[in-house]
Amino acid sequence: MRRFVLSFLLSLITLAIFSQDDLMNLLNQDASKEINYATATFKSTRIINGHSIERMVPGQLDVRIEHRFGTINSGAYELWGLDQSANIYLGLEYGILKWLMIGIGRERNEKLLDGFAKFSVLRQSTGAKVMPVSLTVFSSVTVKSQKFTDPTVTNYFSSRLSYVAQVLVARKFNQSFSFQLTPSYVHRNMVGTELDPNDLFALGAGGRIKLNKRISFNAEYYYVANPKTYMSTPVYNPLSVGVDLETGGHVFTLLLTNSVSMLEKGFIGETTGSWKNGGVHFGFNISRVFTLKKHEKPLNY
Amino acid sequence: MKRLFLLVLFLTIVLAANAQKYMTKNGYIGFFSHTPMEDIKGDNNQVVGAIDISTGELVFQALIKSFHFDRALMEEHFNENYMESDKFPKSVFKGKITNLASVDFTKPGTYEVTVEGDLTIHDVTNKISTKGTIEVVSGGINANSKFKIVPEDYKIVIPGVVRDKIDKDLTVTVTMKYTPVATK
Repeated sequence: MRRFVLSFLLSLITLAIFSQDDLMNLLNQDASKEINYATATFKSTRIINGHSIERMVPGQLDVRIEHRFGTINSGAYELWGLDQSANIYLGLEYGILKWLMIGIGRERNEKLLDGFAKFSVLRQSTGAKVMPVSLTVFSSVTVKSQKFTDPTVTNYFSSRLSYVAQVLVARKFNQSFSFQLTPSYVHRNMVGTELDPNDLFALGAGGRIKLNKRISFNAEYYYVANPKTYMSTPVYNPLSVGVDLETGGHVFTLLLTNSVSMLEKGFIGETTGSWKNGGVHFGFNISRVFTLKKHEKPLNY
Repeated sequence: MKRLFLLVLFLTIVLAANAQKYMTKNGYIGFFSHTPMEDIKGDNNQVVGAIDISTGELVFQALIKSFHFDRALMEEHFNENYMESDKFPKSVFKGKITNLASVDFTKPGTYEVTVEGDLTIHDVTNKISTKGTIEVVSGGINANSKFKIVPEDYKIVIPGVVRDKIDKDLTVTVTMKYTPVATK
């Protein structure tokens, strides 16, 4: 009987401690099953010139206008380059699947036409699935549509083509700091002289530091591994710094770079400006995102 | 034999206590903002919630990253710029039905209730009180409510340039379909 009383009392106590905390515990039983993906590692699909691991989600169109002015060392008469237009890039980029985006673009210099595909292979996540980095594979083909300089010889279409392959590995370390490494390979079917290599190997490094919720400081550098001493024109490694300003649907990037080209084959292989002698250009990128198709799943999906 | 009887009795009491609790893992919380410039709607269908019908206590918890918007960019800004979901990953409500006596959980039907409690959003907790309904149906309990919240009350900073695009007070809709908690 005494045992009965004890059991009964115990039950009462059990009943009594039912409270909101128990209800909360009930809810938290499954909390660890969530996968928490890192989002917004960078503000746009570019760090500055080169691609970031960011993608367009399915149904989103990014219209990009990028502009590079003349060199800063052109002096006051040219308003430090602002009177000149060194290059313009126009691009249309679209998300097809949650792991695939494609884009086409055109760059004024050399009348380059560019097409690329970007595959999101791994996404940084915590929780039920732990993945320390995001990994994206980038591939593009560039067609130089400028008229051939020597029409008297047989010119092949293949001479117009360049190919780029990149592996983008990025980590969002915290709310404000993200870093990306970008091993790159560029193949040019036709080069200026036989001193210039057809194949280029480079390692890109870029990052961003958020200054506040809507402004970030970005920097990007590509180390080109090929020896540059014997190339027909002196080329330099591209270094770019910039500020991303986000205003709702737009991201504006104001930047300084020693590269005139905004396409991989150009800024990795053909950067002729040097920071040391002021061969630096002011420029901007504008990204405007349009939602063409309703977004189906949360970004965390 | 007597010992077995006691054990059964003990278990019965514990089980009976458990049957007072109802739960859902796919409750709905949505918010809506209407301005002449833009309509904004965020939906979360993965809200976990529980109710104890013996005490009238109820809680729910929503992951901020599970709110979904028609425009991906809006969703990104919601998480990054407004809710700071990496810092404050979830919203929690802990409250109580104040007029529990007016609900007969044994009889199917819809009952008007008043709920009072603490709502935590963006790591700021405010007391709220709202009207809602409890619907007793076969195999479960449904709870519905609609109320307004002001983003600034939760220290959610909305910059001047976009203030006209976001309603001064947002309409929050809660729809929960609870089922009894399985006894373990």
